[in-house]
Amino acid sequence: MSFDYDKWLRPGKLPHIWCPGCGHGIVMKGLIRALETLQLKKENTAIVSGIGCASRLPGYIDCCTLHTAHGRAAAFATGVKMAKPEMNVILCGGDGDGTAIGGNHFIHACRRNIDMTYIIMNNMIYGMTGGQFSPCTPTGAKASTTPYGNPDPGFDIAKLAIGAGASFVARGTAFHANQIDKLIVEAIQHKGFSVVEILDDCPTTYGRRNKYKSVIEMMNRLKDVAVPVKAAEKMDPEQLKGKILTGVLHKQDKPEYCQEYAKVIERAQGTAR
Amino acid sequence: MAGRYEIRFSGAGGQGLILAGVIMAEAASIYDGKQAVQSQSYGPEARGGASKSEVIISDDTIDYPKATKVDALLALTQEACDKYSHDLKEGGVLLIDSDLITREPAGSFKVTKFNITNTAKNEVGREIVTNIVALGAMVALTGVVSKEAAEKAVLSRVPEAFLELNKKAFNLGYDKAMAAKK
Amino acid sequence: MAKKVAFLQGNEAAAQGALYAGCKFFAGYPITPSTEVAEVMSAELPKVGGKFIQMEDEIGAMAAIIGASLTGVKTLTSTSGPGLSLKQENIGYACITEVPCVVFNVMRGGPSTGMPTGPSQSDIMSAKWGTHGDHPAICLVPASVQEVFEETVRAFNLAEKYRTPVMVMPDEIVAHMRERIVFPEPGELEVIDRTAPSVTPDKYKPYDTSFGDVPPLAGFGSGYKFHVTGLNKMQDGFPTTKAEVVQAEEERQVRKVEGNAADIMKWEEYQIDDAEIVVVAFGSSSRSARFAVNEARKQGIKAGLFRPITFWPFPEQRLLEISKKVKAFISPEMNLGMCAGIIKGCIEGNAPVLGIFRVDGEPINPGQILDKMKEVK
Repeated sequence: MSFDYDKWLRPGKLPHIWCPGCGHGIVMKGLIRALETLQLKKENTAIVSGIGCASRLPGYIDCCTLHTAHGRAAAFATGVKMAKPEMNVILCGGDGDGTAIGGNHFIHACRRNIDMTYIIMNNMIYGMTGGQFSPCTPTGAKASTTPYGNPDPGFDIAKLAIGAGASFVARGTAFHANQIDKLIVEAIQHKGFSVVEILDDCPTTYGRRNKYKSVIEMMNRLKDVAVPVKAAEKMDPEQLKGKILTGVLHKQDKPEYCQEYAKVIERAQGTAR
Repeated sequence: MAGRYEIRFSGAGGQGLILAGVIMAEAASIYDGKQAVQSQSYGPEARGGASKSEVIISDDTIDYPKATKVDALLALTQEACDKYSHDLKEGGVLLIDSDLITREPAGSFKVTKFNITNTAKNEVGREIVTNIVALGAMVALTGVVSKEAAEKAVLSRVPEAFLELNKKAFNLGYDKAMAAKK
Repeated sequence: MAKKVAFLQGNEAAAQGALYAGCKFFAGYPITPSTEVAEVMSAELPKVGGKFIQMEDEIGAMAAIIGASLTGVKTLTSTSGPGLSLKQENIGYACITEVPCVVFNVMRGGPSTGMPTGPSQSDIMSAKWGTHGDHPAICLVPASVQEVFEETVRAFNLAEKYRTPVMVMPDEIVAHMRERIVFPEPGELEVIDRTAPSVTPDKYKPYDTSFGDVPPLAGFGSGYKFHVTGLNKMQDGFPTTKAEVVQAEEERQVRKVEGNAADIMKWEEYQIDDAEIVVVAFGSSSRSARFAVNEARKQGIKAGLFRPITFWPFPEQRLLEISKKVKAFISPEMNLGMCAGIIKGCIEGNAPVLGIFRVDGEPINPGQILDKMKEVK
């Protein structure tokens, strides 16, 4: 029997806004499979996003959904989670939304280690506004605002998240569709702030400017550069050149923010043991 | 007393002048049943700079919360004395630290001076209570709040462990001002 | 039993008022001269099971109180000028998504960093037009410590009743001065909670106008699921660009405040009946004005005071009526004429408006107002 995605999709809201060949739909399906695997209650699950193509995702899923302002998903979500810690809070969005305009909220959500899962779809470009370079666009790449090649170095989102204090960090790709839900399941189950970066593609605004002849070529790039962490352990630096590690990159037990605040309440009320 | 009585505590940031003003106003408002408003102005420095705290006490409703013509001024530093004495009214009360202020403002004021900071430092034993010594003195010199009310207000604002220290500071200030006034 | 009294700062009274109103969530970022609100909330909220969070910036703080409010709790943030500028982005978000929350903004000198410890009244236009686009605005301008408490309670009531952000904006003098406050007993002041939906979750729409201009708001995590977006939306909460829907929704959002202005507006008239000169002043300037009016009366000048307590919506109609029988208005304000311009806009040229505008970080002196009265022929 095939998987019933409709159970989680809002009736009448499709087709989605994403272009043919965009990987965001693959990520959304991965998220839905994860929600089903975990049997989360829709009424008790908030999906929060900022602005951009990837941030339209919550509108399609039948949960408590919050499409906020550009870059602010983590800050809005922090309010939701803190006020109602029993809710499952999942964030999603793109690389520009999450690491440029939302960079400050992102690193502080990591630092607090508040129990939420952030799915960042990294297609290395601002797609919705027509292909301007983002903090994740590779140096030298063409974008509508880097006609002579991008002079900026890019962020490594996973390293940024680890450095800022996120206690679970994983990376997958839109090509490795079957891995996406598994990473998201593990991220949601983890107590603390979890980040799942999904390397994605934007054929419309990135691919055509950077000599990718087809969506298939872009997908093949994802396939070629991805190396699972386990496999990487057996490879030498020469073999790893130009490769990107995938899988669970970082996992750590550390105090979770809402639990820590519960202790503040106990101390304030004089009921701390 | 009928109209407004305006008191200004001035000195440097960190000397506790805002607290001295708050205690004076609280004494009038909470313990003596009068009307009182306390306000302040200060610079960006947490320590140093010129700082002032103003207290208006009245039997009637207080509209304008800032000083218009100051009845009583405390100055703990030369800078504050220079900066904040311009609107002290003729015949007004002026209390200054005799060790720290060498140039007195021109005008006919009822000037009282004693070594306020050194009293705190040497006789009470802690420079940190300079503001309470000064407060005791201002209570004595102005007579707008009762000594009992002021003492209650002091004790309600300081930590348990420092009650005796502050009581001593307050009374020393009160007595020294009374003595110096004569 | 005697009521509880205390000698408090305006900022402390705001925090106490918020707690009285049932506020259970505060997010903020430190800024002079409003920080005391955050300090009191950080100490008091956990005692009543509420939550306090210091965010990474004011944008995040505003976002967090909206997110928290969507779970059904009453929320507050506090800030001052530069922080207000940053919050404006998400104040607009709260307006269009119709999420109740209270923004306490202490007015200090500006623009930019300006005079962090100096008083000002120059954020009043920002309260109405600071965020882009057409939107409702409610702004309350208390003038005493007691009134800061009471107006903060009222701000929560208005936010919940009209599903919109409400601003409370004392100037730095009112925020930092200390006065005696008499705490109302529980139940003494009205406390309004948001209307819960009367329909089952499957029938619920977050902007269902069959319930009137202010549809009930469900909370996330309470069994209801719905979509919230900053895009122009339909009654079910999903985005739309349908012209007639966008037009109707935008008009409703503004109408729910403008159409209920009579319920929201509050002002005080002092010695107005026979006044030939009416001083229009709010916040600490109104205290200088009252002092000046009393002095003027002693000198035989027929002066009065009109004091807006609600600044937005502005009491235009009442000022228009008053303008028909006075010689002149005086507008003393700690800005370069914002309120004077508003007065001129509503009195149809019936009387001149004389300004006293100070932006030097000093309060308006009663003597200045008295002098200005004497210029009126």
